[in-house]
Amino acid sequence: MEYNKKVMNLFNHPKNVGEVVGASGVGQVGNPVCGDVMRISIKVKDDRIIDIKFKTMGCVAAIATSSMVTEMVKGKTIKYALKVTNLDVAKELGGLPLIKMHCSNLAADALKEAVKDYQSRKVKIDK
Amino acid sequence: MEVYLDNGASTKTDIKVVKAMNPYFTKYYGNASSAHSFGLAARKAVEKSRSIISKKIGAEPNELIFTSGGTESDNAAIIGAALANIDKGNHIISSNIEHPAVMNTLKYLESKGFKVSYLNVDSDGLVNIKELESAITNKTILITIMHANNEIGSVQDIQKIGRIARSRGVLFHTDSVQSFTKEEIDVKKQFIDLASFSSHKIHGPKGVGAMFIRKGVNILPLLHGGGHEFNKRAGTENVSGIVGFAKAVELSNEKYNTIMRRLRDYAINNILKIKNSRLNGSFEKRLVNNINVSFKGIEGEAVLSRLDNAGIMVSTGSACSSKSLELSHVLKAINVPSDYIQGSIRVTLSRFTSKKEIDYFINVLQKVVKELSEMSPYGV
Repeated sequence: MEYNKKVMNLFNHPKNVGEVVGASGVGQVGNPVCGDVMRISIKVKDDRIIDIKFKTMGCVAAIATSSMVTEMVKGKTIKYALKVTNLDVAKELGGLPLIKMHCSNLAADALKEAVKDYQSRKVKIDK
Repeated sequence: MEVYLDNGASTKTDIKVVKAMNPYFTKYYGNASSAHSFGLAARKAVEKSRSIISKKIGAEPNELIFTSGGTESDNAAIIGAALANIDKGNHIISSNIEHPAVMNTLKYLESKGFKVSYLNVDSDGLVNIKELESAITNKTILITIMHANNEIGSVQDIQKIGRIARSRGVLFHTDSVQSFTKEEIDVKKQFIDLASFSSHKIHGPKGVGAMFIRKGVNILPLLHGGGHEFNKRAGTENVSGIVGFAKAVELSNEKYNTIMRRLRDYAINNILKIKNSRLNGSFEKRLVNNINVSFKGIEGEAVLSRLDNAGIMVSTGSACSSKSLELSHVLKAINVPSDYIQGSIRVTLSRFTSKKEIDYFINVLQKVVKELSEMSPYGV
């Protein structure tokens, strides 16, 4: 599979790998049988993502998109984060092989799950 | 450092092979069917090559025809035998771990009304001989089972299979592309009727292969045209390719197999020291140059890419790397556990592989697996 330089660079030197300690929300998407599982954990303060980390089992595209999405929303508001789509992530990477667009491009979905988790926890606390 | 460990896909053409081929590009470039000196020189080279390769498998020269490679040989043997025997029956027996060249040829025949039974294999990737016997019906015309598997290297007992086929009056074809020069092939002893061979897997050039057709076995040709190759395969002979193929066969030697087997076992033992690793396929009945291992919780294409960054070239059976995004049918057939099945790599050695290269590979592999595991939600 041929990837562009930006994708390969992020695959080889991913940013924000790990799990946020005392996370405000955690989201996971994918299925190990399909080969791609992404878990994103976020720490939110005043509606802003102040820390974000990922753990991914997957191919070059899965790891690169995971890393990319963490960089795209770090320091940004929850509202902004919810607007980021998988397609935005692929665009930011300068494109992905067509066949990888569906299977491995799930990072924004994982982020949304993490935000949802944060929001549901917040509702419980607020109550 | 560049370390090529994908010899199951293709091999380095031996420089001695290239040298043997050269005169047939620039000096004796005549058509082997022509009656002049250049044509006769080409014909002589083709027939000498035919005798070298047929001798290697215990066949007569007129039982071997040249083709464009393993895929063509598989297609020609299977379709040719099926069409020639359509009056006797429409049933074919195969296994569920065949190479796509066989598998998709069978699917094609199924679409044309043939019935195919795909035998399951055990966790070592071996067919059960009793199941094979009981699958034979009075409509069975052909058994096609590969000698050695291209992904996991499992080596079938083709002599047993051949004996059963012969005793039941059924043709036996074996895809010997991976096993040729690495496992013994004796068409008489092993009761083989049809077999496929490829040149570029044994340090010969790409684009040339051969098919063994036992004397008395009738198959209909795929390619129609001039009367080349005993009227069984039309088309001007690829003279330089054929010469190179024969040279590669001449250069093969059992001593290389002993060395490869030792190096393979050394590599397997060291790879299995890595946490959460497993060998896919058989320890014992395994091709001398094949290693197929899986790592839990990481994905094969990621391992392949990280190894490639370090100059090491391997292949993977993970779905992510394939064009169809489908998992390897072979790894599924041998029931590789679901948390391991995506993390497989295939490492295939050649007689040019050195211990130094294997040590470098193991060293980098340990590092790569550790890094990817730490990045994985299933990592340890």
